Amino acid sequence: MGELRLMKGNEAFAEACIRAGVDAYFGYPITPQSEVLEYLMSQKPYETTGMVVLQAESEVAAINMCYGAGGAGFLPVTSSSSPGISLKMEGVSYIAGAELPLIILNVVRGGPGLGDIQPAQSDYFQATKGGGHGDYRLYVLAPSSVQEMADFVLIAKEMAFKYRNPVMILSDGIIGQMMEKVELFDPIPRRTIQEVEKQAPWATTGKKANRERNIITSLDLDPLKQEQHVYHLRDKYSQMEREDVRFEEISTEDAEYLLVAYGSSARICQKAVDLAREEGIKLGLLRAITLFPFPSKRLAELSNQVKGMLAVEMSLGQMVEDVKLAVNCRVPVEHYGRTGGVIHSPVEVLEALKSKIIK
Amino acid sequence: MTEEIIIAGFGGQGVLSMGKILAYSGIMQGKEVSWMPSYGPEMRGGTANVTVIISDERISSPIVNVFDTAIILNQQSMDKFEKTVKPGGVLIYDPNGITRHPSRKDIKIYSIEATDEATNMGNTKIFNMIVLGGFLSVKPIVKLENVIKGLEKSLPARHHKLIPMNQKAIEVGMELVKEYMG
Amino acid sequence: MDFKDIIKPENLVYRRSSLLTDKPFSYCPGCGHGTIHRLIMEVVEELGIQEITVGIAPVGCSVLAYEFMNMDMQQAAHGRAPALATALKRLMPDKYIFTYQGDGDLAAIGTAETIHACNRGENIIIFFVNNGIYGMTGGQMAPTTLPGMPASTCPFGRDVNIMGNPLKITELVAQLPGVHFATRQSVHTPRNVRRAKKAIQMAFEVQKNKKGTSFVEFVSNCNSGWKLSPVAANEWMEQHMFPFYPLGDIKVDGNLVTK
Repeated sequence: MGELRLMKGNEAFAEACIRAGVDAYFGYPITPQSEVLEYLMSQKPYETTGMVVLQAESEVAAINMCYGAGGAGFLPVTSSSSPGISLKMEGVSYIAGAELPLIILNVVRGGPGLGDIQPAQSDYFQATKGGGHGDYRLYVLAPSSVQEMADFVLIAKEMAFKYRNPVMILSDGIIGQMMEKVELFDPIPRRTIQEVEKQAPWATTGKKANRERNIITSLDLDPLKQEQHVYHLRDKYSQMEREDVRFEEISTEDAEYLLVAYGSSARICQKAVDLAREEGIKLGLLRAITLFPFPSKRLAELSNQVKGMLAVEMSLGQMVEDVKLAVNCRVPVEHYGRTGGVIHSPVEVLEALKSKIIK
Repeated sequence: MTEEIIIAGFGGQGVLSMGKILAYSGIMQGKEVSWMPSYGPEMRGGTANVTVIISDERISSPIVNVFDTAIILNQQSMDKFEKTVKPGGVLIYDPNGITRHPSRKDIKIYSIEATDEATNMGNTKIFNMIVLGGFLSVKPIVKLENVIKGLEKSLPARHHKLIPMNQKAIEVGMELVKEYMG
Repeated sequence: MDFKDIIKPENLVYRRSSLLTDKPFSYCPGCGHGTIHRLIMEVVEELGIQEITVGIAPVGCSVLAYEFMNMDMQQAAHGRAPALATALKRLMPDKYIFTYQGDGDLAAIGTAETIHACNRGENIIIFFVNNGIYGMTGGQMAPTTLPGMPASTCPFGRDVNIMGNPLKITELVAQLPGVHFATRQSVHTPRNVRRAKKAIQMAFEVQKNKKGTSFVEFVSNCNSGWKLSPVAANEWMEQHMFPFYPLGDIKVDGNLVTK
């Protein structure tokens, strides 16, 4: 059993980055995620693992530092909260286009604009449908506990290199700010520069005599070549959909109704399932762990079993569109959720289920 | 066993750290715990509150509307949280600065004059530990030895010399708390 | 005597650097970019550091610099090259890292990255080509466009009351403690080419000794954007650009040069 600690989600993420052998973190303060950089600086990993930690002059600079690091085959991490993530989106598009590894954490807060600093889930579209420009996707993981804020760093690391694609961890102010018990995994050493070059023969670490020069770019002025490049990206996203969909089911075996949720809303929904079962309502929960690729196939299967689904998310209704696409009108699908930084309660979720789905 | 607790008062009263020590004590006793604070500008001298859940089972929602126990340390928090105690639940408050005392009849109410006692003991910083002692007297969900282990875990090593004083404050609080009869 | 008797190593007076690729430059005839590319590659070759050098290309005319420089390179988003360079240098402190940027990239959209990389004293070289105009996008006003100088977005000349003043970014960054070496060069005459090459050598020396940021500006022409022949563009540059952007060292060995 690993080391047990009581930690905030943001701190657990930062500690996990050090332990996962992440090469560099570049960030900029914004509530409610500033603990990531604060924790890293308090631990001074540059003196132990050699991990570079730098407070950049802006979110824009931070994401472009990640581009540079990723282009040399290193694993960079950045984190921010909604308005800061919007600033990073240009860089994320470039990183996806240039096919570089990256872990990017969004501790979502209420929007749009400056919004507020309370928890929200209204950045789902940005995370899963683009956010930046061009035909690209992020691999998006949604942790629903402090434990997963740590553990998902390892999954993100694996996916970032498997697909040479940015991985977003889509968290929120609840998961970032709350403390829970965390069992920390044992540290994994950072790769040496030789190991980096072996794992990433495409990396710009200086042109060796025995190979062609390596170029990191997202530019191809020939549209036919650019089209081929985008088709290649599409093939990666299709592979993600085939091989790396993640989800969790709670009380679905006999469910007549289904909640669909992710992240902190899934925790709230879990309680709603308990409350419903106490009243004799056969309610289940599908928690999406990957938001892209989305667990559409499983939802389609469940649509043959349940009488209706309620997508619960702290937004005006974003993930609900993916649920509807998966279910393809076989059963009613509705949305419920507070937004703008207001957190819905398990009781509110249950009431919404009764009024919108069970009727 | 699942105990859902709200601790609410002014920023600076040690509300968040009391919750953290309680949560760490839970871990030391092998329980599942969650600690969910209010955060943001309101931390700067305004009201602060934290939800702590200690359970034998995996904790579902860290956000709840109603609580088994409310520990209330100022008037704004009384106005906000008295009504959120589950019927049959517990409300513990420090009457210092309270102008409207709790009035519910369907819950158990305890008072603890921790502000005065901390002043008497010559150290206002142990106020929150006195309150914690009061809570543990009413709801002995974690053993004192595990609270001490929790203190060791949550305090940096340079502050470990303060642990005996904190233990004393907890023990004082255990004796000080009394049922409020209205 | 035929040509085979002439092509012998002992008769060689000039050759193209092996670090330039075979791809013909896409720059306009008379443009300074080709010469500056060549000088940088010559210095890298002479220092024997090709295997430990990484360059960063900007957005602008030199966006495709990586097609001409036979070395590992990254292409940055507009203005962000110093951020990329920061990460590369910090992760690989023993390698040589340079950026190659134009005036719009470095002194407009990338001002924050430029100033903060310099202010942190990142141990990198920033090569800055200043031709007072946005060349690639078709001759729009740049942060370095001179007062009164026409461009497609100031067709009647830059009116500083409306469009603000041109930015002497090299003098500005020279004030920062992180900058060890700041200089302004040109490549329009053989003499200036030789001086420019010395400045490039100095910049790599500073990086080798881990002294901080080197900032090497080249005042250059843009005969397409300026709508002048190459010769006339160089004359115009001498008459108008150099008085406003005087050539010479601005900071050497961490000390501002007093004139």
